[in-house]
Amino acid sequence: MSEQKPRATAHARWVKILYILTLFFMALTGFGQMPIYNRYYMSDIPGLGWLANFYITRNIHYIGAVILLGLAFYTALDFILTKRQQVTLTASGWLRAGLLSAIVLSGALIVIKNFPYVHFSDGVIIGVDLFHLAAVMAFLMTMLVCRIAKKKWAVAT
Amino acid sequence: MFLKGGLAAAVGAVATAVPGAQALAAADDRGYVATLIDIRKCIGCEACVQACREASTSKFPEPQKPFPKMYPSRVKVSDWSEKRDVDDRLTPYNWLFIQHATVRINGEDIDLTLPRRCMHCVNPPCVKLCPWGSAKQLENGISRIDPDICLGGSKCKNVCPWDVPQRQTGVGLYLDLLPSLAGNGVMYKCDRCYDRIARGELPACIEACPEEVQTIGPRQDIIAKAHVIAKEIGGYVYGENENGGTNTIYVSPVPFEELNQATTTGDGRPHLKPVHDAMADANHLAAAMVIAPVAGLATAAARFLINRSKGEPHGNQEEAKNV
Repeated sequence: MSEQKPRATAHARWVKILYILTLFFMALTGFGQMPIYNRYYMSDIPGLGWLANFYITRNIHYIGAVILLGLAFYTALDFILTKRQQVTLTASGWLRAGLLSAIVLSGALIVIKNFPYVHFSDGVIIGVDLFHLAAVMAFLMTMLVCRIAKKKWAVAT
Repeated sequence: MFLKGGLAAAVGAVATAVPGAQALAAADDRGYVATLIDIRKCIGCEACVQACREASTSKFPEPQKPFPKMYPSRVKVSDWSEKRDVDDRLTPYNWLFIQHATVRINGEDIDLTLPRRCMHCVNPPCVKLCPWGSAKQLENGISRIDPDICLGGSKCKNVCPWDVPQRQTGVGLYLDLLPSLAGNGVMYKCDRCYDRIARGELPACIEACPEEVQTIGPRQDIIAKAHVIAKEIGGYVYGENENGGTNTIYVSPVPFEELNQATTTGDGRPHLKPVHDAMADANHLAAAMVIAPVAGLATAAARFLINRSKGEPHGNQEEAKNV
């Protein structure tokens, strides 16, 4: 990437910080839906005992989903209204947006499934659970690669 | 025993007998079938326990030994295969047991006994929070664990308000994956004879009971019956609202707090305390997930309008380049 990196505005910095913090806690609590933190001593670390409580991690995951949804829709409309004419999404930007959408949509299905009297078929439940996990893994890997390769979401047109 | 029999006889006309397999076809308007357990009638003969064992024998685990070495060392083997005869608590080989309590009624000490097993919650945390989909809830409300795909992580037991599911190491899918590093067997619990019910038969425990302690039928009818009996005897109902509602409704002549204090509870021996709806908090948060996109869109639109009023319809140019 040869473009000069402009100084971020306070607004953009706050959006970015909120986005990264939300993703961090969602990934942390999302992986916590598997019984691994207690087994592998993570919840033994002082201050992290709550990681072994599935109800706490689930509630935090849901709160994270609320923030992420708000942020995603805000960012999408803000992009359309104010930045579409100045910038264009890169290929890695499209990939990240696509993976994030897949995570949100599969997560929404899991949230719906958790209501009383809602029944999905066994295959759908297993498929959605695995797809959600796979999409998260792919998204985190993509984020890591983009970070190392300094790939941006969008570039100036 | 006499008092228990007398109490039961007094409302015999109200507490109908086992309704027969035809009742199973008539689930409530949400499709759920529930059981009523009239504690007064139970004589603690354990016919239900034996019937459960016989009906479930083919589902019991046959673990491979020696067990894989587990890492890290804190992961303990859970082996009940050498203790299959244990019948005073829930185990992978005993999905139903009789709980005993001595309580005082009308100045007289009375021994009450009650069958205990999975409550089959209306919205079962074991099913809904299973990370792998191996715990399932059937259309008729029965929850069961699929032994072919359960990894034995025991999350279902952890999130169950009554700690019902029990683990057996050395069996199941985890042996074919990473047996030392992930999983630890299969979780087992009452499946309310879902296969017998599918064939139009009664669950084994209900069919075998000589005292007709259990009644099965549409959930709304079972709850109505429970309240009729409770009203007749000045008794109490448990399971209707616990954990947001279950498909196992107990009726007792004494308060369940008293029963709970008078019985032995602990691992494999479920309590009888009030239970708040474990799934409710997060499900309430889900409402905010509907509002969040609207709030996000409204904020972006407001920001755009504010910028336009300032003569910057496309926002800060530096910011636009820094996506």
